[in-house]
Amino acid sequence: MKQVVFISGKGGTGKSTVVASLSLLVKNKIIADCDVDAPNLHLLIKGERLHSDDYFGAELAVIDSTKCVSCGICRDICRFDAISEKIEIKPMKCEGCGACVLACPQAAISMIDLKIGETYVDQTQRGTFSHALLDIGADGSGKLVTEVKENLFAFLNGEDWALIDGSPGIGCSVIASITGADAVVAVCEPTRSGQSDLERVLGVARHFGIPAFVCINKYDLNLEITAEIKEFCEKNGIPLIGKIPFEPAIVKALQLLQTPVEAGIKNIVGEIENIWSRLQIQLGTVK
Amino acid sequence: MKIAVLSGKGGTGKTIVAASLAASLSESQYVDCDVEEPNGALFLNPEIIETTPVNVLVPKVDESRCDGCGACAKACRFNAIAVVKKKVLIFPEICHHCGACVIACPQNAISEVQREIGVVETDRNGRFLQGRLNIGEPITIPIIHKLKQSVREDKINIFDCSPGASCTVVQTIDGCDYCILVTEPTPFGMHDLKIAVSLVRKVGMPFGVVLNKAMAGDKTIQTYCKNEKIVVLMEIPFLREIAENYSKGILPVKMDKAWEGKFVRMFSSIVGGIEL
Ligand code: SF4
Ligand code: SF4
Repeated sequence: MKQVVFISGKGGTGKSTVVASLSLLVKNKIIADCDVDAPNLHLLIKGERLHSDDYFGAELAVIDSTKCVSCGICRDICRFDAISEKIEIKPMKCEGCGACVLACPQAAISMIDLKIGETYVDQTQRGTFSHALLDIGADGSGKLVTEVKENLFAFLNGEDWALIDGSPGIGCSVIASITGADAVVAVCEPTRSGQSDLERVLGVARHFGIPAFVCINKYDLNLEITAEIKEFCEKNGIPLIGKIPFEPAIVKALQLLQTPVEAGIKNIVGEIENIWSRLQIQLGTVK
Repeated sequence: MKIAVLSGKGGTGKTIVAASLAASLSESQYVDCDVEEPNGALFLNPEIIETTPVNVLVPKVDESRCDGCGACAKACRFNAIAVVKKKVLIFPEICHHCGACVIACPQNAISEVQREIGVVETDRNGRFLQGRLNIGEPITIPIIHKLKQSVREDKINIFDCSPGASCTVVQTIDGCDYCILVTEPTPFGMHDLKIAVSLVRKVGMPFGVVLNKAMAGDKTIQTYCKNEKIVVLMEIPFLREIAENYSKGILPVKMDKAWEGKFVRMFSSIVGGIEL
């Protein structure tokens, strides 16, 4: 089985649309959405719930007021300003590090598990689909991403491909998304900001030694930047495997929760098919 | 005064709104808190004169004192220390800089050393501030804190947040006076707007919505806002011209003076509506 992760630097580049389209075109695969912060893929891929669970990925300090003598040692050692003057834990600030537990001479502090999100696995006509939702404001998206992937692989049943919608950014959740991947496909837009995001996210793929490929969405919006991205890819030995044109019909289709495949937008579907065949050639799975 | 601009989802035009607002107000400071992918500089073209590293403290083991007991590894809740065959292995990238291992070590063998995870940069006249996470680093929060300590208190600070609704955004909007939520009229935009709304409601911050890429005939976001009693501060239409200029790094306020007036009016309405 090969794991292909679609990333974008910034969200909103059309990455989920590409993944949802591929979920209809590629045979014998499993699917995951690792954007646990603002997941969208489940809006386009519906199925029957096989499994759902609360995910406890963080801890929170709690103070037993009957034991606390208000010495303030914990407040002084907490690096996250999470203990108030009155020696109360501020839950939004607590990092869950447990330093206060070690420091408290009265053994008045303990750690409790904290739910940070929910995980789901759906059976869909397109294959098993694993996703999650991080609780509002929660810490630990990287861990939740790892959990989404573990859930996915737990349901693996001889499939050839794992199509994974990655998370935005270049930090912990992206690193968790691309860990163990056979390839990352960076979907970008030809804008000054898209270009900057792309270069940074490709830097992360390089840092972790994962083969990267690039696909430009709405390439005709700015042909000059498209040419610059192409040149950048050539210089860095990163194959450019697709150029999707600006197509207002995609927005219309998405409003009806349809992918370009279901909406029958031929030129777009053709290019997405090309992207997939070029990727397979690059990965050596077809000649 | 501090205004945070956020969006459940990336790519909705958060940076357009934050940078346009900053560019329209003479006494403003734009603060790019999207430290994973900062973009504001591409639109505002600041002249960066100062780059300060953001350092964190990570443990270092004095091997002459360490007896390999493993207390540090047990204390670390982030798996950033492992003790294998009585030898301590430290994974500085995933360390949360909490110091628990220092407290836990019975031999006092652990000290801490500075490690750079990113930078904070500022321009000459204090109108621009940005944070940048180094490539390969997972943890952003210390950079957000550094940015918040470095803002010019005499200016109107406009914080451009990272996308999503995780702890990073919570840390950014902490202490702000108002939040602007940017969205777009797609089911994705709607879905992520609801997440952002729950976030600002949870922290109890006044907020309004800017609808980007607004399309005539689609009123789903407006209807939602009306039902939820959320004010729609501004609509930016879905125009190829705006998209093309955006791609070149040109803000709407730079292509048409009328936009500047709209952003100034939006600011006045925000100020009029909140108690400082
Ligand atoms: S667990 Fe860590 S962050 Fe939380 S209150 Fe204790 S020392 Fe502070
Ligand atoms: S400082 Fe905290 S996170 Fe870092 S290694 Fe020590 S215990 Fe672990």
